[in-house]
Amino acid sequence: MEKMVLFGNEAIARGAWEAGATVGTGYPGTPSTEILESFVTYPEVSTEWSVNEKVALEVGLGAAMTGARTLVTMKHVGVNVASDPLFTSAYTGIKGGMVIVTADDPELHSSQNEQDNRNYARAAKLPMLEPGDSQEAKDFTKMAFSISEQFDTPVFLRSTTRISHSQTIVNVEDRVTEGLPEVKFVKNLKKFVMIPAFARARHHVVEERLLKIAEYAETLEINRIEEGDTKRGFITSGIVYNYVKEAFPDAAVLKLGMVHPLPEKLIRKFCEQVDEVFIVEELDPFFELQIKAMGIEVKGKACFPITGELSPDLITQGVTGEKPGKPDIAIEVPPRPPALCPGCPHRTVFTLLHDMDMIVTGDIGCYTLGVLPPFSAIDTCVDMGASITVSQGIEMAMGKDFKNDTVAVIGDSTFAHSGITGLLNAAYNKRTSLIIVLDNGTTAMTGMQPNPLSGEMISGESTVALDYVKLGEAVGMSTNDIKMVNAFKKEEVEEAMKEMIAAQRLSLLVIKGPCILDKKHKKKKNQ
Amino acid sequence: MLPVNILMVGVGGQGIILSSNILVLAGLKAGFDVKKSEIHGMSQRGGSVFSHVRMGDKIYSPVIPKGAAHVLLSLEELETLRWLEFTNPDSKVIFTRHRINPSMVTEYPQGVEDEVRKHLPNIIPVDAAQIREKTGNPKYLNVALLGLLSNYLEIPDEAWQAVINKLVPKGTFEKNMQAFEIGKLIG
Repeated sequence: MEKMVLFGNEAIARGAWEAGATVGTGYPGTPSTEILESFVTYPEVSTEWSVNEKVALEVGLGAAMTGARTLVTMKHVGVNVASDPLFTSAYTGIKGGMVIVTADDPELHSSQNEQDNRNYARAAKLPMLEPGDSQEAKDFTKMAFSISEQFDTPVFLRSTTRISHSQTIVNVEDRVTEGLPEVKFVKNLKKFVMIPAFARARHHVVEERLLKIAEYAETLEINRIEEGDTKRGFITSGIVYNYVKEAFPDAAVLKLGMVHPLPEKLIRKFCEQVDEVFIVEELDPFFELQIKAMGIEVKGKACFPITGELSPDLITQGVTGEKPGKPDIAIEVPPRPPALCPGCPHRTVFTLLHDMDMIVTGDIGCYTLGVLPPFSAIDTCVDMGASITVSQGIEMAMGKDFKNDTVAVIGDSTFAHSGITGLLNAAYNKRTSLIIVLDNGTTAMTGMQPNPLSGEMISGESTVALDYVKLGEAVGMSTNDIKMVNAFKKEEVEEAMKEMIAAQRLSLLVIKGPCILDKKHKKKKNQ
Repeated sequence: MLPVNILMVGVGGQGIILSSNILVLAGLKAGFDVKKSEIHGMSQRGGSVFSHVRMGDKIYSPVIPKGAAHVLLSLEELETLRWLEFTNPDSKVIFTRHRINPSMVTEYPQGVEDEVRKHLPNIIPVDAAQIREKTGNPKYLNVALLGLLSNYLEIPDEAWQAVINKLVPKGTFEKNMQAFEIGKLIG
């Protein structure tokens, strides 16, 4: 077996490939992006950047219904977008194994919230595995495909930033394709057509399946007790297991590889063995509440923070109360937050918006950094696509007092992901504000992925690019209210903005300028 | 071998990720268990960046516990202070004399090096400009620093060479190895 050092994300892709997966879908989002970027490098697979996570999950489900082993990837908030098909995919089940990766971001390294997606496994009644390093990321991915087929259900694999973006040693193996389901769509109305009469019956299947998986979890080798000092016992999972071992190498540990459903008997057995049980988990008291509901006395969030990442130090502190000393630094170290790059094409528009003192509804991407000085030119940022729609809410609330002083600002990939529905909504409901699309030709924030506006697919192959003008016309805008300008020509940008704001009609201004990092990136690629 | 912890810090765009890739693969080649943790995404846009690298017989956490860094390799002066809580008075610090103003700061704080010396007597100051002059190209600074770092690690030269050969752009191997050797002589 060859040993490699892989990122968790690369290991997940490798695991899917070794498991014989042939389809991969997803939408870029830190910390999940590199999974699909790595998966696409294997010649046997068909991969796409989908328009958004809902689309990715649906395309993936179709592939799995047909019998292909399918990998679907997204960041934690992406699961919110995909949650509609997610819940019903538990009802339809699959044919070929389907693994949905949710890459959570405790500490919000690059996200707008810190939600704990283990809750989705519980809410959607799907099993979830959580690896603790890259070796497990690969192994658990393979296991997830088997569990998926064994129990006829999509399976979640939960990663976190520290798993996805840490490199650890992995023993790589060969790809195995023998014994996989036949890839052929076989009609099965009562399973795949979720009208109420059929879905009612499937709900029973879902509940029974979950009980069976819980029973299976009792003896699953990735749920394991590590014997040790029984004075204190730790129940943990994922990256946090490694922090616990770092802080208390000799303690007894119950490491849960499957985080939903929980193995109640195994948990009881472990808790009986140790004097004091600590539940150590990042973010929500997910294990803690369930274990307390079993009537077992444990310590959890009373000792460890509910926000942010954990660390060996925080675990020591939570258990013993010992705080690591802080160096007394005589110089004030100013923060160094990220900023819009020098040479970024978006700098001009934020300077103008700042000077014009507009209410700017912003969106998700590098350009959200326009909120920081010297621009201070973003007033809201919620989720993908919310720039266009929040602006409409302001207009509705203000009614006849609305002064057309709001501007929605959204990037090209975000516009394709969730902005188009907002644009349609604005046209349909006769809204009158300006929407600016900052088109830098790539999905920059997550590391230069192509998107439906850049005319390129994940493989690098060229494809159609969405036509802004035709789209605007199709939703009912007049051609005069749609303009494209060059981001680097400040006067043109300024003139177009002022004119379109003054028009007091729904307008779409596309400001085009290639991402400065993408230019470097492409130059490097061509060398 | 007990874990050896190397914390590399700097500012987005300084090339920390390539350096730490070389380091972690050299550790693997030398037969150690290795782990490395870094952050991608928004923080790379000119913000503080870091890479934790750990190697030894068995490594659990990919993140270095506070106070446990054996070497702090810093590519920027202020960043050295930012990560001080991961060091202890025995930690070595490779202190690159190079200043990049944080975006919201007009005047770079004074006395940074003196403050670092107060906490970390084992300081190895490195003049970035001087190395650039010696190697003939700013691109080789990071590999020169790895050369310096290699003095404190149990990684054989062959492992370094093999990995540098694999990871640096084609045609630059010899120049990079020269830079590596120049770096070794600093410490």
